[in-house]
Amino acid sequence: MAAVICEVVYRGIFQKNLAARIVRGIVLSARKSGRWGIAFGRYGDSPQRNGIPAKDFAIVADTKEELEQNMARYEPKHVDVTIVVDDTLAKGVESWAWYGLQPINRLTVPNGTVLMTSVQRVDDLLRDIHKKDAPYKLSLIRAKASFSGLWVYKEDHTEVRILGALAKIAPSFLTLDGVCEAIREMEWGSDLKIESAKKAYARLETREVKITEGNAEVPYSFEMPKWWEMREGVTIPAIPVGKPKEDGKGYVPERNPYFKKYTTRSMRPVINFDTCVKCTLCWIQCPDSCFDVMPDGTYDANMEACCGCGVCEAVCPVEQCITMVNESVFEDNASQWEMWRKDKGAYQTWMTQKIGDKKATVRSHGFRFRGQYEEELKSDLDSGGVEITAGIPGENAQHKTA
Amino acid sequence: MAVATKATPAATDDKELLISGSEAVAEALVLADLDVVTAYPIRPYDTVMQAIAKKIANGELVAEYIVAEGEHSQFEIVKHASTVGARVFCGSSGVGWMYAMECLVVTPPLRVPMVALVGNRALDDPGAFGVEHNDALVVRDVGWLLCWIDTSQEALDTTLIAYRVAEDRRVFLPLAISADGAFLTHSQALTMVPPKEKVDRFLPRYDRGDLLLHPDNPITVAPQANEDWVIEIRRQNNEAMKRAYTVIEEAYADFRRVFGRGPENPWFEEYMTDDAEIILVGMGTISLPIKVAIREMRAKGKKVGLVRLRWFRPFPTDRLVAALSKARALGIIDRDYSFGSPFGSGVVANEIRAALYNAERRPPLLSFICGLGGREVTLEDVYKATDMCYGAAKSGKSDATTHWLGVRE
Repeated sequence: MAAVICEVVYRGIFQKNLAARIVRGIVLSARKSGRWGIAFGRYGDSPQRNGIPAKDFAIVADTKEELEQNMARYEPKHVDVTIVVDDTLAKGVESWAWYGLQPINRLTVPNGTVLMTSVQRVDDLLRDIHKKDAPYKLSLIRAKASFSGLWVYKEDHTEVRILGALAKIAPSFLTLDGVCEAIREMEWGSDLKIESAKKAYARLETREVKITEGNAEVPYSFEMPKWWEMREGVTIPAIPVGKPKEDGKGYVPERNPYFKKYTTRSMRPVINFDTCVKCTLCWIQCPDSCFDVMPDGTYDANMEACCGCGVCEAVCPVEQCITMVNESVFEDNASQWEMWRKDKGAYQTWMTQKIGDKKATVRSHGFRFRGQYEEELKSDLDSGGVEITAGIPGENAQHKTA
Repeated sequence: MAVATKATPAATDDKELLISGSEAVAEALVLADLDVVTAYPIRPYDTVMQAIAKKIANGELVAEYIVAEGEHSQFEIVKHASTVGARVFCGSSGVGWMYAMECLVVTPPLRVPMVALVGNRALDDPGAFGVEHNDALVVRDVGWLLCWIDTSQEALDTTLIAYRVAEDRRVFLPLAISADGAFLTHSQALTMVPPKEKVDRFLPRYDRGDLLLHPDNPITVAPQANEDWVIEIRRQNNEAMKRAYTVIEEAYADFRRVFGRGPENPWFEEYMTDDAEIILVGMGTISLPIKVAIREMRAKGKKVGLVRLRWFRPFPTDRLVAALSKARALGIIDRDYSFGSPFGSGVVANEIRAALYNAERRPPLLSFICGLGGREVTLEDVYKATDMCYGAAKSGKSDATTHWLGVRE
């Protein structure tokens, strides 16, 4: 390897600072081995918004000339390491900047690595990660999705743990000593963080993924129109008016066939149709008009259009009628209402199981209530299941034990 | 004030009025049955907004007359009105046009066929009222159709042609008519005004088709786009500009058929160029002193001619090269500047140099800057330029500099 190319796939805005720190850390760590590097991200509109998948990149190379091959680009054509800091992204990415659904391992080179923070089992992740026509490695850092990048950086050590893991994955470019030295010199570095990086190095779990393994779904895609096929005047036709759900009842709007929001979600609403009072609030307030009106007057969240913002749960006046649940516990995007209509008892069981799993429902976008993130970190530590160290550089750092 | 006269009876059913270039534009707007006009005063453009206001007040024209709180809004309002299908007009001068710049650059990609009058005025500072062409020229690269006129008659005729060209579905681009401040905007001349029936035969209704913003045609206009879309949109713009060549030719041919007047060559006026050894080139009212000087010089045996450019965008490259390359030397007289440009020349000189680059025969070319800030271009200026051109013809060489004429030194 004369160069190592890394992408960091993250959830827009919540993890923006986190991703930026990781790619900077990669370059500065590799510098300790005399390598040259660049760190960049693709900016835009939607990718910076709540939960939208976005990417940052780091490239380190032996020479400046090798580096130039990858400069002045929005994103590399292939990467040696795909770093995923939210395991709900295992289902793939699509956003304003990419067209169709991109499997999370799409850019990963054969025998490259997908490095992910997750508390899920490998088999569960491989139900989401698409099959690839070449073998690759899946490396896991045992941690839940960090929200440390939201506006003000919250120190949960995710960035240094990624760097420690990379020292294991690409040791000729990022030595553990180089990583530790770089962390020490960084504005946000501390001895505690160096210890976290070393722990991640030691505890990294890696497993080969065969070409037979993974989600067999064929990702949807579409062709970009030629210039003469595009309507002139920077105009695009509106989505046509929708139709009744069935027998002249209900209403299902037409939706953008090119932009589905499956992977923009980190959570999705689970609806108790039996307690719905048909107040219309979720339908009116949804910023993405994701609710279809059912013939009985209840509202079904259409997973093609839901971006998982949680506004419906917030405005619903009925307790536990709408509950946001972690996206990773769902296997498909099927209609909940149809499931409920078919077998109300089975739906009740399914729904109770989904909303009853505390691990799947505590995840949030970070602003359901102030201090929730800290509570989550604390409960994780208390339960002993997930190791997260917290420390603040500067005067407090040395008082913490590693 | 428009005055009817019987001194020279019109050969046709046109009526003859003594009007300024600005008033001639207003006459054309009535004939074109304008729908929406926005106004914000700045000299010398304000003469046209006053003339239109009078037309509306007198009941000659039924149109929305909206006084904006600045040029930015002025151009935004007509942009939106045009997208809902209104035939629109607005205009400005000098730094007023600059203040509208954000709205000026968005109209070509949005394919808004607004017609604007730029009463050419020197850019501040110093605050001045006289003509310079730099104001209108700032839109030369962004997709505006751009032409210069030199008489009231041409002001009226070109305004009618402007709607025909801009609103053609093949084009749908904004069009600025440039009129020299004072010399044309404030100078009244006898002008033939055609009857409405003729104009109706020439100018079809504005049909925005599938780009019409209307509840029956729901569309999004001007969404944000990333790098995957922008160059395609620019390419569309470029094609529209290329198609404008044909549409302009068609419009002038049809204008001659319906009105019985107008030039064979839409792109530029050629004055005594058939046997010319020296051809001078300029835009706008600079043609008038040059023509006088040419007649004087020809009386003394100097074979000098003039090419007055009407259309600057699209630039009539092929025809212009054919007309100019036969001369022994060229003198390009810019009423604009482009500081730090190649040879320090004005915009027109540099465009013509570029156009001639592939020509088989490239005559020596001298570049002149003259008449800035409304300074009168004198016969002496033209004589001086011509003499220098003869020198270049003799040596066969262009000089790598730009000559400023009529500057105190």
